Order: sequence, then C-alpha cells, then structure tokens
Amino acid sequence: MSLAKITQVKALALAVPGDDIDTDRIIPARFLRCVTFDGLGEHAFRDERTGPDGKERAHPMNSAQAARIAAAKQGVMVVGFNFGCGSSREHAPQSIWRFGFTALVGGSFAEIFFGNSTTLGVPCVTLSKQDLAECDAFVRANPDVEVTVDVEKLTVSAGAKTWKAGIAASARDGLVNGKWDPIADLLEGSDAVAKTAGGLAYVAGK
Amino acid sequence: MAKTLFQKVWDAHAVRKLPNGQTQLFIGTHLIHEVTSPQAFGMLRDLGLKLKYPHRTFATVDHIVPTNELKEPYSDPIAQEMIEALRKNTKDYGIRFFDTNTGNQGIVHMVGPEQGITQPGTTIACGDSHTATHGAFGAIAFGIGTTQVRDVLATQTLALSPLKVRRIEVNGRLAPGVYAKDVILHIIRVLGVNGGIGYAYEYAGSTFDAFTLEERMTVCNMSIEGGARCGYVNPDQKTFDYIKGRPYAPKGADWDAAVARWKSFTSDPGCQYDDVQLFKAADIRPTVTWGITPGQAVFIDEKMPALETLNAADRQTAEDAYAHMKLAPNTPIKGTKVDVCFLGSCTNGRISDLREAAKYLKGHKVRAGVKAIVVPGSQLTAIQAVDEGLDKVFTEAGFEWRGAGCSMCLAMNPDKLVGDQLCASSSNRNFKGRQGSQTGRTILMSPIMVVAAAITGQVADAREVFKV
Repeated sequence: MSLAKITQVKALALAVPGDDIDTDRIIPARFLRCVTFDGLGEHAFRDERTGPDGKERAHPMNSAQAARIAAAKQGVMVVGFNFGCGSSREHAPQSIWRFGFTALVGGSFAEIFFGNSTTLGVPCVTLSKQDLAECDAFVRANPDVEVTVDVEKLTVSAGAKTWKAGIAASARDGLVNGKWDPIADLLEGSDAVAKTAGGLAYVAGK
Repeated sequence: MAKTLFQKVWDAHAVRKLPNGQTQLFIGTHLIHEVTSPQAFGMLRDLGLKLKYPHRTFATVDHIVPTNELKEPYSDPIAQEMIEALRKNTKDYGIRFFDTNTGNQGIVHMVGPEQGITQPGTTIACGDSHTATHGAFGAIAFGIGTTQVRDVLATQTLALSPLKVRRIEVNGRLAPGVYAKDVILHIIRVLGVNGGIGYAYEYAGSTFDAFTLEERMTVCNMSIEGGARCGYVNPDQKTFDYIKGRPYAPKGADWDAAVARWKSFTSDPGCQYDDVQLFKAADIRPTVTWGITPGQAVFIDEKMPALETLNAADRQTAEDAYAHMKLAPNTPIKGTKVDVCFLGSCTNGRISDLREAAKYLKGHKVRAGVKAIVVPGSQLTAIQAVDEGLDKVFTEAGFEWRGAGCSMCLAMNPDKLVGDQLCASSSNRNFKGRQGSQTGRTILMSPIMVVAAAITGQVADAREVFKV
C-alpha cells in the first residue's frame, strides 16, 4: 500500500478557538448513526454552527473562510488545548478531514483523537501557548495568507512568522515517510505476532 | 528490576519495534460494538484482508439499542440497520456475538467482565473510550479509533507508544454517602481533564483495596475523562473471586495456573512511577459537576466557583459552561431544579449501583414533573435486579424500568433530553449536547445522588435526604 509522504501542508487557515473541545461537539452522537463515514464532513461542529431554531450561528465553521477551505479540500485548523477530548469516535477527525482540513495546529490534543488523525494522514502539531496565541491572531488578521505546517522541519509558518512546532516522533516519522497508516507494517510482522501470541496462555484458550 | 503492571503487560504483549519507533503490541482481547466497527469491516473488505484471530474478538450491541422496545424490527430503522450490519459482520467472520436474544447482551464494558472475558495481565482494546473500565481487573485496556479496529481485526496488533504511569493513591475510608463515583470525579477535578494525557493511571491505596470490583470499574471507567487513555487497579483475591466460574474464566487445573500468572503481573514493590498523586478518602465529599467538562465539579455543599477565582483559560471555559448550564457563579448548586434523572451507563449501571439506589429509594416517590429512568447496563444485570425485586422498587417509586443499553448516556437511541432539560445523571460525560438535546444540561453524580434528585426534584445532598 503506497501512501503519500506528508512533509508539509500549505493551505488557508481557520481559527476555531476554545479549550477542551470534545468529540461530541465536533460531531454529535446522532451523526454516528451510520455504517460508513460518508457525508460526515458537512456535519462537523453541527451543533456549534446551527442553533436549536435551525438558524446558523456565528461560528468560524460558518465563515466564508471555512467555505473556501471546504471548496479547496485543504486547510489548516487552528485550535486550543486538549482538542478532541472525550470519545474515541474516529467520526470526529473524519468529519474535520472530510470537511476539508488537512492539518491541525493546537496547544495540545487528546491522545485518541491525535492517533485517529495521524492514521488519516492529518498531522496535528502543537505550539507553545504564546506562539499559539500569536498564530491564532495572525490567522484571523490574514485570512488570505496560507499557513505552512512543516512536519519535517517541525515549524508552522505564515507570512514572515515562523513558530517552532511539536509532534510525537513516531507520528512525524510515519507522516514524512508515507507510513502514517500502519497496516502494512503490522501485516509484515505476522511471524513475530504468532510467537508473541504463543506465549500468552489466554490467547491459546487456557 | 522492579516493574509496574503496565510495564509487565506491555512487555508480555510487545511483538516488535516498528520502523517509526512505535511498538507493535499484541491485543489479546478485542471487543466490538455496532457504532465503531462497521466501517472497520468495510476497510477489511476493501483491502481483501482476513480476520487474524476470530476467537479473540467479542461483539455486542449497546449504543443504538432502544431500551423500551423488545420486538424487532425496531421502530428506528437506522438502529435496525446497524444491528443487522453487526450480525452480518460477526457471522461472515466467525465472531462470537452477544446479541439481544442471548440474555447476555449489554454495554460492552459490562459484558466483558460478566462473561469472564476480562482478565488480569491482558491487553484489551475496543472502539470506545470507556474501555479503561476493564482496567479494574488489572488489564491494560484502552479505546481505539475505527481504523485501529481494522488493525486489530486484520493483525490482532496495534502500533502504539508506551504510556507513562502515574500512581494515584487514595487512602482511608470513605464517609457514609460517598462513593466510587465521587472519588473519580474528585480526582478529575483536582488533576484536570487533560492531566492524564500521556499517562496510564494506576489506582492504588487502601480505599481501592477495600473497593469491590464494581466500584473499581466505576473509577477506571472515567480515566479518559481525566485525559488518561487507560487506568487500572492491581489484581487481588477479590479480582480472582469475581472472575471464577464465569463462562470464559479458566477452568480446572488451568484456573490455578491462571491465578499464579495473574498475580505475577501486579506492580512490584519499589517500582518506579513517572508521577505519584496522593489523596485522602476523608477529604472527599459527594461531588457533582456544574459545567460542560467532567472536571468542572464541586462538592455538593460547596458553591460553584466565582469567575474571578479562575485563571484566564479556565475562566473562558467556565463562562461558556455557565451560559450553557444557565447557572450562576458563586452560588450553591444544591437546590438546582432537575427535569430528568438517569440511572445507568457503563459508569454506574451495574447491580451494586441499582441495589444501592433502590435501598434508598424504597418508600419514596419520584417528585411530580420529574422524568426518571433506570437502565440496567446489561441483560444479566436486569435479570438479577428483577430476581431481587429491584425493578418493583423503582417502578413503584415512579422510575421507568428499561432494557439494557447505553441509553441516555449519549442518546443514540430514543432516550434523549428535550430542549434545555436538566438531567441528574449517573453517567460519565456532561459535554454540551451529550444527552441528545443541543441545549440539554447534564449534572454528573453518584447513583444515590440521582435518587435524591429524583425524590426532591432538585440537586440535593443525599446524605441529608436519606440521613446517612
């Protein structure tokens, strides 16, 4: 299985502020009533974007900038801390990715969300608190300037600004080498798997 | 070298180092349900892959199941479709399925322990973040995404990096009216909803030693609410006694060998932890949430925090929370009017929860205007409760007695809040919109506190209501 090497994402960006944005807010549970991930993109942040009266709310995902990203099918979402906390539903990163976002920049990410995103080839990089505030402000002030998330060099840059970014070493390695979906590696280890399994009594049925 | 249980289980299941530096980890037990598995089977078919160890995956249905309908087809066609998909997938791939007609269906995190599938020293993965529940037995158990469900189906392994281990020690006796739920809500309140990122939580100390397995499950269940992907308690005699005789428990001579093996997985004296946090049981009082994250919590007799006492980041989330909850800072939470009471979920839907709730509910009536439902977490729990006459206690008091499932914890079935109803809930998440209404409001608490709320129609201190 050949995968693209994701060394860099250069695209327009959208700031979606707030800490502890949970997966229920990213994709409400009623949209998990499905057997495929198709069509999840349009429901990303649905209840943040639409009020109980069915009317659009003031939310970054309703902006013209969001529409440009959706049309281009590439974009950088700038978020806060502990983004994607809560459930393990892959529907959450799937909805963000299917909406059009191809990288996330934040203060920190919940672990399961981070892993799920990486497996989709969507890098989630972190900035320090101060740099994140700067990046967030830049993105809001300069909607036409593309933001570059450089996974190889571990930087986020926009205009004349460059910030130092972080990501788990294994995720970086997987992304830049085109091995962000681990299935090929996991399938290769078949003999070693059998050996490990053989040493586990409960797997052998004892 | 002295090792933690986490390290021992990790080492026993580590297959090899992957090129990206992660470990290929063998997953001995894989649990699946109808919500996060269908896409994984789709990927398996697309890639032309087979199931590697069909006998190590176990399935049940829980999230979508209507709790007030017994006959199929269900009036909800999507629920029917999702259950049919799981039936087909488990049949096609030869997976054991605890279906609705088996008497063994229930929330996946209850079925594993009930069947004796959940065992110490094992690795357990499930496409569900509350998989840490199984850590109560000394297993390393964690939630995974759907692509990872595919990985486990196809290879019985995952690509993972090891976690750091934080020992959370709670010592002493809990005061009357204080429960395991209060302990974990308190821990999350103190350590934060993101405090556990990168950690496995090892819960220890005399309070946990004294806990039953069901109480340990309540605590481990909410590890993820503190940011920790997995949480566990070292196995002891109570663990072994709980497992013994269950359908998938080792039998005969295998039993003694298994117990010896399980004991060998416990954390060694003198092992190194990446962090240690100490709590005193006596400091913990009945705890309720007031906001939109499980960490936004107070003792029932405290006021909700004043905004000026919070740091800038917490303050922003708190303002958002107060606006959503329609509550005022620096006022008591006690006395807040409730509309709905939900007793159930993988956190507090077990037989001991129902017994304790019924014990205090007996002789009382649900306050007029309050909708109260009790949803046993599993069919076995429901049967046991009916045997003990608990269902009668609930229905005579005015609770609706329902069938097994996740129900109003996340409202993927017809059990939902309406409008801005406020729900006193024994579940695990108070996120905005979590219980099925965008403007719905959730206050997390222990089962006995849910009963106190049902009787009084408000957030109440169960210790006062029941004079405990």
